[in-house]
Amino acid sequence: MNTHHQKLERHSVGFAIAILLVASIGGIVEIAPLFTIENTVEQVDGMRPYTPLEQAGRDIYVREGCYACHSQMIRTLRSDVDRYGPYSLAAESMYDHPHQWGSKRTGPDLARVGGKYSDAWHVAHLNAPRDLVEGSVMPGYPFLAATALNTATLPAALTALRRVGVPYSDAQIAQAQRDAINQADPDAGYEDDLIERYGDKVQIRDFDGDPNRVTEMDALVAYLQMLGTLATLPREDAQ
Amino acid sequence: MTQQATRIERGLTAIVLFAVLLLGIAILGWGQQIGYVLHGWIIALVAGWGLLHQISRLSDPEAAIPLAYKDDVIRWGILACFGWGIVGFTVGDVLAWQLAVPALNGDIDLTNFGRLRPIHTTAVIFGFGGNALIATSFYVVQRTSRARLASEVAPWIVLGGYNLFVLLAVTGYPFGITQGKEYAEPEWYADLVLTLAWINYLVLYLRTLARRAEPHIYVANWYYLGFIVVIAMLHVVNNLAMPVSITSPKSYSLWAGVQDAMTQWWYGHNAVGFLLTAGFLGMMYYFLPKAVGRPIYSYRLSIIGFWGITFLYLWAGSHHLHYTALPDWVQYLGMTMSIVLLVPSWGSVFNGILTINGAWDKVRTDPAVRFMMVAVLFYGLATFEGSFLAIRPVNTLSHYTDWTVGHVHAGALGWVAFITFGAMYKLVPWVWRREGIYSLQLEAWHFWLALTGTLIYVGAMWNSGITQALMWQTYDPVGNFVFAFIDTVDAMRPYYTARAIGGFLYLLGALIGAYNIYMTVRGPRLAAPEPDRQPLPQPQPGG
Repeated sequence: MNTHHQKLERHSVGFAIAILLVASIGGIVEIAPLFTIENTVEQVDGMRPYTPLEQAGRDIYVREGCYACHSQMIRTLRSDVDRYGPYSLAAESMYDHPHQWGSKRTGPDLARVGGKYSDAWHVAHLNAPRDLVEGSVMPGYPFLAATALNTATLPAALTALRRVGVPYSDAQIAQAQRDAINQADPDAGYEDDLIERYGDKVQIRDFDGDPNRVTEMDALVAYLQMLGTLATLPREDAQ
Repeated sequence: MTQQATRIERGLTAIVLFAVLLLGIAILGWGQQIGYVLHGWIIALVAGWGLLHQISRLSDPEAAIPLAYKDDVIRWGILACFGWGIVGFTVGDVLAWQLAVPALNGDIDLTNFGRLRPIHTTAVIFGFGGNALIATSFYVVQRTSRARLASEVAPWIVLGGYNLFVLLAVTGYPFGITQGKEYAEPEWYADLVLTLAWINYLVLYLRTLARRAEPHIYVANWYYLGFIVVIAMLHVVNNLAMPVSITSPKSYSLWAGVQDAMTQWWYGHNAVGFLLTAGFLGMMYYFLPKAVGRPIYSYRLSIIGFWGITFLYLWAGSHHLHYTALPDWVQYLGMTMSIVLLVPSWGSVFNGILTINGAWDKVRTDPAVRFMMVAVLFYGLATFEGSFLAIRPVNTLSHYTDWTVGHVHAGALGWVAFITFGAMYKLVPWVWRREGIYSLQLEAWHFWLALTGTLIYVGAMWNSGITQALMWQTYDPVGNFVFAFIDTVDAMRPYYTARAIGGFLYLLGALIGAYNIYMTVRGPRLAAPEPDRQPLPQPQPGG
């Protein structure tokens, strides 16, 4: 071994290439098959791309670094399933660019938080967490409700997402801005359009309780209320 | 001849800088968010300044390259290392206090935990750690090759481009500029800057090795080379993304869901493996033998350690995803390889500790050696703990809890920063040509504060992590949970406070260290350089 290695360590470029070859094996064996083995992401009914308002909420979730303290991945452990609901399936994050599975639960898992609390609870909690949960260490986000949502960039955002593989249709991209505004306005009479484009599980409400405008709070709460509500799960297996 | 080569390089560099300048101008012109426009200005100013500098030199005759090591760039690297270190440690302790006293978040966008946290991780990993590696690698490759760095221009592009990347990263986070991938938060344009700097780094390193007088490449350079090559691969693959438009910093990762999670932790775990481990092992393999005046204990152990780490680390990332929606076969493979990884890791530990054999008195008399010795012990502790936590049932206690945070800091505070401080206390007098460090007493104070801080930090996190995981899993006889989630948060209080105090002691030590370095640099210069501090002349073609 020593003599072979002594030859290798006389050639700097050869040494660098050897490093690259040896180091790439692990990734090739473990990552490449995830794209080719079909049952890595199993077929699940109900999954659809995010509505523009939900995607905008997701972008805010990413921007604020929520993943530093909240996971979105319920493990197959009994204590996870009992606390947070059926374990997460790979298909449930198939449109997540990037994934937000997280690595730390300073706060609870959010993979199935959708529908667990009212919109008003989320708004009050995001504004001032310790008013609702004594002892919480979460920062407050009162600026979300005070900031109008920038919907102008949504068509470009959905286009970029389509380029990386999310199956948005031309109509979904063209109507992205209207779809976002009207999903937060139950009086707009726009329900049929949204259901046609995103299915009947789409939630149309004034999420932040401020009917006058669409805020970042609308988007974030719309995203939180959707989490975990899309996939039709094989409930029996989950327990 | 070499003057001519330098001129060609200046021309090429000018072209690249011009492209970066155009990127900066496009961002500041079309950008619509304040942080993003600010970044446009920073990029344009830095690239524009560099471009003018290169162009103004093009017409001048090139100065003759002296027969001496190129140490000026190393000095700036050391200063950057300490500067970013102080920033990173300070923000880290602020974050620790925010968890202990949540009102400290201020509840405004710029200062909330989620936005500050990547400043800490980036400033420490890339700012402190990365600059320490660049500076020491430039030093080590020149001394072990007996050759000056192969370029007069490239070292500045590497150091400048790299620090521009760190600056863009940490100034973007308060404005919410992040791609939301842990430890790879910077957006596409900062990633591009890093890629350019890094390609330069690799080429410069190989060109300098090609000039070496010694036929064999010394073991420290294997590790530095491993660090450079593998980080390049990880950075490019993990950060592939589609920008939304030039008007906003936002981009979407090319990868989604489970594939993105696996790619991310393949990256994340090997940023630990090749930046925070391989690079710093390179540091150990040069500065520890130098400091104790003993040769490396075993050449064979070096080979096993190096190739074991290079091969095995890349398999281990999936242990971050136990019991998740990642296919089980990848989880078990990752667990297995993580356990095997203990063998080459401890090979390096034994090689380091046994190198001190015969010079143990130096541990008592020389705080720099003490720093390095304790660093190797923490490396042994952290790698054992890492393999242990990768075992699936153990992982149910550590994952998502502070145990992981404690584990990372045992490695980062105890290993990475200790070996860096030890090496820096040797390196600073060497590259500034000073008699020695300003005050050995302050150096010892730094050591004890850092050690106390680390032990408090890690101890608190072990307790809080295991406590919280056990509370999450506690059922009553009927099968209901005993503790609500918020009960488990309440139980963390004392540990969060203890951790913040430990972190403060560590910061205090680092401040003393920075002062000591500053006073050393200000001190009197040695008269004549020693004879082994000269490179050998390069053989002239045809001469």
